[in-house]
Amino acid sequence: MTSEDLLAVWLTLKLASITTVILLVIATPIAWWLAHTRSIWKGPVAAVVNLPLVLPPTVLGFYLLLLMGPDGPVGQFTEFLGLGRLPFTFWGLVVGSVVFSLPFSVQPILNAFEAMGARPMEVAATLRASFIDRFFSVAIPLAWPGFLTAIVLTFAHTVGEFGVILMLGGNIPGETQVVSVAIYNHVEAMDYGPAHLLAGGMVAFSFLVLLALNLLGRRRTA
Amino acid sequence: MSIVARFRQDRGTFVLDVDLNLPGRGTSALFGPSGSGKTTLLRLVAGLDHAPGYLEVNGQVWQDDARKVFVPTHKRALGYVFQEASLFPHLSARRNLEYGMRRVSESERRVNLDHVLDLLGIGHLLERRPDSLSGGERQRIAIARALLTSPRLLLMDEPLAALDLARKQEILPYLERLRDELEIPILFVSHAPDEVARLADHIVALESGRAVAQGPLLEVLARVDLPIRLGEDAGVVLDAVVAERDASWHLARVEFPGGQFWVRDGGHPVGSHVRVRVLARDVSLAKAPATESSIQNSLPATVVAVAEDSHPALALVQLQVGASPLVARLTRRSAAQLGLVPGLALWAQVKAVALIG
Repeated sequence: MTSEDLLAVWLTLKLASITTVILLVIATPIAWWLAHTRSIWKGPVAAVVNLPLVLPPTVLGFYLLLLMGPDGPVGQFTEFLGLGRLPFTFWGLVVGSVVFSLPFSVQPILNAFEAMGARPMEVAATLRASFIDRFFSVAIPLAWPGFLTAIVLTFAHTVGEFGVILMLGGNIPGETQVVSVAIYNHVEAMDYGPAHLLAGGMVAFSFLVLLALNLLGRRRTA
Repeated sequence: MSIVARFRQDRGTFVLDVDLNLPGRGTSALFGPSGSGKTTLLRLVAGLDHAPGYLEVNGQVWQDDARKVFVPTHKRALGYVFQEASLFPHLSARRNLEYGMRRVSESERRVNLDHVLDLLGIGHLLERRPDSLSGGERQRIAIARALLTSPRLLLMDEPLAALDLARKQEILPYLERLRDELEIPILFVSHAPDEVARLADHIVALESGRAVAQGPLLEVLARVDLPIRLGEDAGVVLDAVVAERDASWHLARVEFPGGQFWVRDGGHPVGSHVRVRVLARDVSLAKAPATESSIQNSLPATVVAVAEDSHPALALVQLQVGASPLVARLTRRSAAQLGLVPGLALWAQVKAVALIG
C-alpha cells in the first residue's frame, strides 16, 4: 500500500470518528425532542432530518457547496469568523458528513427513547432527580443499545461516503482524499492492484460492522 | 396539618373539578370507578401533569397558579408508587432503593433504611436484578424506594391492582404496617372496596371528575342520604379492638366505641386493632332484644335518619349504637310497621360481621 493510500485510510478513520462524536451531541437532543414533542413541527423536522436518506449525495453536496461557498450564507459566516472557506478542506468534509449521516444517528436513538416510554423518567422525577440528572442516570443507560447502534451506523456510513465528498472536497491527498475517493482514482488509472486492496478492506470492514450490529441486536432482545 | 387540593382541568370529553381538604396525617383513599379521575388527580398532586389550581401539603405550597407557583416534581418531598412497580431495570434492587435516598440530603433523611427493609421484608432481595423478582417483591421494593426519600406525602396509584389475589394478600399487611408505624400521610388510589375498607381513614369518592363525598371513612360510609357503596352494598366500617377469644367456639369478641360484636376468630391476638365491616343488608331491627334467635349480635340502637334506597321498596336506616354508626336496610313496609322515626330506640340485630384485618 502506498503512503498516499495509508494517508487516505487514516483520513477516513479520522473523518468518521469526528463525525460520529459531533453527531452524538447533535442527534441526541433532536431525537429526544422528536420522541416527546406534540408540536406541529414534529413532522416537518423529522422529514428534514431524514432527507439525506433519499436525496442523491450529489444533490446534498451541490447545495452544501453553494451554502459554504464564498457567496453562501455559511461561507460568509465562516469568513467573517476568520475561518476561511470550508469547501475543499477537511472540516468542510466534516460538515458534509454530519449532514449526510444525521438520520443514521437520530433514528436509532429516537427508537430507543420511544421504546423507553415516559415512565422511567417520571419515576426518577419522583425520586428527586432533576432533568439533567435523570437524563444521564436513567434515559441514557436505558437507551444505551440505541446509542450503540447509532455510533456503529454513523461511523460505518461515513466511511462509505463518496458522492458528497467528491462534490465538496474533491481529491486533495492528506486533506480530503478518503478511501472511497482513492479507490476511484486507482480504478480511473487502471491501477487494479491497490484498488483491490482498499476495496477488499472496505468489504471486510462493512461485513464486520453489520455482524457487530446483528450481535448487538440479538443481545438486546435476549 | 392538612392537604388542600383544588384543580380544574377541561379536556373536552373529561372535566376534572375538585376541591379537596384532606387531613395531613393518616391514610386517605381516592375511590371511584375507572375513568373517574383518580389517577389524573394523583398525577396533578405529584406535579407529573399540570392543571390550573392550588395545592398545599402541610403548609408547603406546591402549586398556586394565581401566583404562578409550580414546584417541579423533583423538588416536591413526595413518594410515588406507580401501578406497575417501574423499577429501573438497569439497576439492582439495592441501587434502586439508593437512587432516591442518595438524592435527599442527609439532614432530611428521617426514614431509616434498616427499618424499611424490615417493614417490607425485602432485606434478602437487595442484590437481585428487577427482572428476577416476583411482581409482589418488585412492588415492595418500589414502595421502599419511595419511602427512602423521606417523603412528606406518599402517593400510591393502585399499588395492588397489577397483582393477583395471592400477591395482594402478601402486600396488604405491609401497607397496614406502613400506615400504623410511619408518620407519613398516604394518599392512595383504589377502585377495590376491600382495600379501601382495610386501609383508609379518610375517603374521597370520585365520580366523573368530581368529588361526590369526602370525609372520615366511618362517617362517609354511614351516610344514608348519599350512600357510598364500597362494592355491591352499603355498609359501615368500624375500628375495634379484640377483647377476648373463645377458643372452644372459634369466636372473638371485638369492642368498638359503644358496643361489641362476636365475630369469627381471625387469629388476631387480644388487644390488637382490627376493622370490622357490617353491611346494611345484614342488619335487621326489632322492638325487643332477640332472646331465642340464631343471631348472636344484638345491640341497643337509636334511629338517626331514614332514607330512600336504590329500590322504591327499600329504605336505608342510619342508626347510632353508642358512639358508632350502623346502617340497616329494610323494606319500607317494615319501616312503617315499626314506626321508625328519628330518635326511636330499638334493637339492631346483626347477622354477619366481617373482620377485615
